[in-house]
Amino acid sequence: MLEQIYKAHALMDEVCKALGRQINIMEVCGTHTVAIFRNGIKGTLPPKIKMLSGPGCPVCVTDAGYIDVALKLADDKSVIIATYGDMMRVPGTNGSLERKHSKNVKVVLSSTDALQLAQDNPGKTVVFLAVGFETTTPATAVVVRQAAELGIDNFTVLAAHKRILPAMKALLCEKNHKIDAFLCPGHVSVIIGSDAYVPIVREFARPCVVAGFEPLQIIEGLGEICRQLAKQEPEVKSVYNAVVTPQGNATAQQIINQCFEAADSYWRGLGKINNSAFRLKNQYARFDAFKRFGLEEKGAEDVTGCRCGEILCGLIDPPQCAMFGKTCTPDTPVGPCMVSSEGTCAAWFKYARKGKTAQ
Amino acid sequence: MTTNAVDKILLAHGGGGRLTDQLIRHNILPKLKNDILAELADAAKLELSSSSVCFSTDSYVVKPLFFNGGDIGKLAVCGTINDLAVAGAKPAVLGLALIIEEGFEFRLLEKILESAADTAKQNNVPIVAGDTKVVETGAADKIFINTAGVGTRLPGVDLGFDKIALGDKLIINGTIGDHGMAIICQREDIKFQSDLESDCAAVAELVCKILESIAGVKFMRDPTRGGLAATLNEIVIASGHSIEITEADIPVKPTAQAAADVLGFDILNVANEGKFVAVVSPESAENILSLCRNHPLGKDAQIIGSVVRTADAPVVELITRIGGRRIVQMPYGHELPRIC
Repeated sequence: MLEQIYKAHALMDEVCKALGRQINIMEVCGTHTVAIFRNGIKGTLPPKIKMLSGPGCPVCVTDAGYIDVALKLADDKSVIIATYGDMMRVPGTNGSLERKHSKNVKVVLSSTDALQLAQDNPGKTVVFLAVGFETTTPATAVVVRQAAELGIDNFTVLAAHKRILPAMKALLCEKNHKIDAFLCPGHVSVIIGSDAYVPIVREFARPCVVAGFEPLQIIEGLGEICRQLAKQEPEVKSVYNAVVTPQGNATAQQIINQCFEAADSYWRGLGKINNSAFRLKNQYARFDAFKRFGLEEKGAEDVTGCRCGEILCGLIDPPQCAMFGKTCTPDTPVGPCMVSSEGTCAAWFKYARKGKTAQ
Repeated sequence: MTTNAVDKILLAHGGGGRLTDQLIRHNILPKLKNDILAELADAAKLELSSSSVCFSTDSYVVKPLFFNGGDIGKLAVCGTINDLAVAGAKPAVLGLALIIEEGFEFRLLEKILESAADTAKQNNVPIVAGDTKVVETGAADKIFINTAGVGTRLPGVDLGFDKIALGDKLIINGTIGDHGMAIICQREDIKFQSDLESDCAAVAELVCKILESIAGVKFMRDPTRGGLAATLNEIVIASGHSIEITEADIPVKPTAQAAADVLGFDILNVANEGKFVAVVSPESAENILSLCRNHPLGKDAQIIGSVVRTADAPVVELITRIGGRRIVQMPYGHELPRIC
């Protein structure tokens, strides 16, 4: 393994020397962000390579307005909120599910657990907080379909599923962005296929390289990006061929399309992005918690002083935010990037040594 | 089977009357039998080999009560024995107090007491004092146990953060995270199947052997809640020195690592119940390591790192498998409630 890593490093060194400028690579996915920190990869890269952490942590980008809706539902005694554990600490405009200490909030590990909860509690309505990118959307679609087939009417979904491509495009349309290339998310790419990034390469001429989450794959992915930048031939490439195909998982795509349609959505720190989310199609409207309870997600204003938006866009590093590590810590998160363990700020806080790993 | 006419604990079993007496005489005493306890005095009279003692107490609220590799009874006895041992004391006696929820099954209570008694017997640490309370349904979750223990300090052994010096080595007696991962995988609400077993064990015999036969141990602690990460950070904060550990040297069972990865836990933060971390002088490290490896509870022991000079603020730093570096922080602390 180490030999392949040295080889990729040598290639990166060579390209950095040849280009003679800083290379900004955005890892889109939060799991990549954590893997990069957890394995100490930043410190092993040539100084001219700067990793930017993108908006690919679904928990981080879930808007405060969405949490407000969930908090409101948690007050309803006839409701059980079923949520992934990560969502517990995400702040709304006034508190989080964790601080609410509500007995009707249950942590689940999967969408099927949430459906089971509905079956086990026929007198209550289960609201499943369905978050995540294309990776977790099929799992939500499966249980919505099951609920429809089995007539489990006390199961609903508060969908906040996001689509990664509109967010990547939105970043590249920002005036001041500094992104030279994308290290594309492994898990999402299993579903959408590596060809999904072709329009980004065509329209914006940025290398898009899909990698898995092992340190070797990440470093090989970065090596491939450098190779493309040196040759000025941006293309879509996957170094995660064991599981990622150009077309992706057709069955998963099919079931997403059966249940969901694209919709505009608010992203914490980034604002409203067109067609960047999935909402349940009309035929499944009775499972849509927004409709069932007559609620609407309003885009919340970002907290004054929080610079997560700029961090998500790769414009600054977390230590450049005055709140980082002071009023905003993993124990008392203010901004989205500190909330989830996969968030950029949480990863910096947890794994990076002050001044040493910062680039 | 119990001699009580009912098969579940009633509130009256904690009322101090006839049912309490029955519970103690028929269900508790026969399991924990020893002469001091049999007196049923208000306090145990002890004759200890030394007047220099260590005293410790700990409460156990683990869920589920029975798990792969142990149960709340075994855990409650091992936990306090281990606390005494890593403080440099030979565990002498234990006290055991039960807080039982009304409606708890006698059958399970007896199983738990048998397990606690067996563990105490195996370690030659009698349970000499006890108490039983029953609370109404919902006021406790099935059963909570508190144990307290007294141990006689080993002569010539003086452990403390202040003894830790640059260059000292860190030893762990085996794989990390087994207890926490076994528990979480068995939680009813988690439904994650694995054959992981808790490392729940009393390490006092091995610890005392090391302390009695080899000089050079500076400090010891059992990395329970918060795992290895919490213990190392406690050492760093209290000693003012930094610690450097090497990922490749930290023993981890592949199944525990896989379960932690899938469920999103950092294995360094996951609880252990049969482990100790020893900070030892560099000269003594190899001898202590080989003594550990010759004991069943230390066969996977490793030197995992050392005490290093602090650049700015003292930190725990991990050298990763690819040669990178990262900080290991004190865990947030609530990812895994009721682990012990």
